[in-house]
Amino acid sequence: MRLVLRLAALGIILITVVLWFFGGMNRGCTQTSVKQMQKDPVTDIEYPVFEQRFLPGVDFLGGGGVLGLLTIGASFLFPRK
Amino acid sequence: MTKSFSCIVAFAVSSLASFAAPQSYDFKDPKGVNNVVFKLDAPLESINGTANGISGSVQFDPQSPKDLKGKIVVAGSTLQVGNPTMKEHLHSDKWMDVKQFPEITFETTGIDKVVSAENSTVAQVTGNLTIKGKTKSITAPLKITYLPGKLKARFPMMEGDLLVLRSNFKIKRSDFGINSGAFEDKVSDEIDLSFSLAGMSPKK
Repeated sequence: MRLVLRLAALGIILITVVLWFFGGMNRGCTQTSVKQMQKDPVTDIEYPVFEQRFLPGVDFLGGGGVLGLLTIGASFLFPRK
Repeated sequence: MTKSFSCIVAFAVSSLASFAAPQSYDFKDPKGVNNVVFKLDAPLESINGTANGISGSVQFDPQSPKDLKGKIVVAGSTLQVGNPTMKEHLHSDKWMDVKQFPEITFETTGIDKVVSAENSTVAQVTGNLTIKGKTKSITAPLKITYLPGKLKARFPMMEGDLLVLRSNFKIKRSDFGINSGAFEDKVSDEIDLSFSLAGMSPKK
């Protein structure tokens, strides 16, 4: 069980880092909608259009790290075989 | 002969008067292009948001841009940021309190330093900005672009003119009681605002 929990913790941390990295390494808060600017051809006004997309931020990274550490901590509750 | 001449003169005078009269531009844009962008500095990133619930009207005479006057209203409920928790905080009573103060308004009181070239005018506009029920007089740079006959290009069934207003200026949230004094180490007191608005004046 210790090994299973430690492997799970490693998986959680790896998945979190990979998602954050390939999500664009957003150093701000996690966003569930992303702003894209478009231009109106007649008035030349640039206007925002929100696209529903998950963009993990540093809070997501921190959350994944804490969950991973807690899982490692929980592994110590089980005795060695 | 005299009667005909009088009629011609009266027609010419009324035509000139109607030509010189300021037109009213409605800023409720059905295409949803009109927007306000706000930016606040924070340690990790700048908080970027927008609002697109714009309405109001402006009186503008291309022959006399200095006589521009009007009122622009922004619906507080349309303030938007990318993070849902942040948006909840933004709309809450500590920040914008959009339930009690559903509108942000700017009403012109004067225009100064007007420089016009063709259909474009730059000026300094002064007006009363009201946020969270607090009104403060501010002066901001304004770029006015008059687009005669361009309404049809946006709405093929309509004839008329467009008026584009652009402005960028800074305000302090402490001046308007927007969670003043709190979290200044996390979110700056200064708010950078950019307006890009198009108003339409359909021909009757």
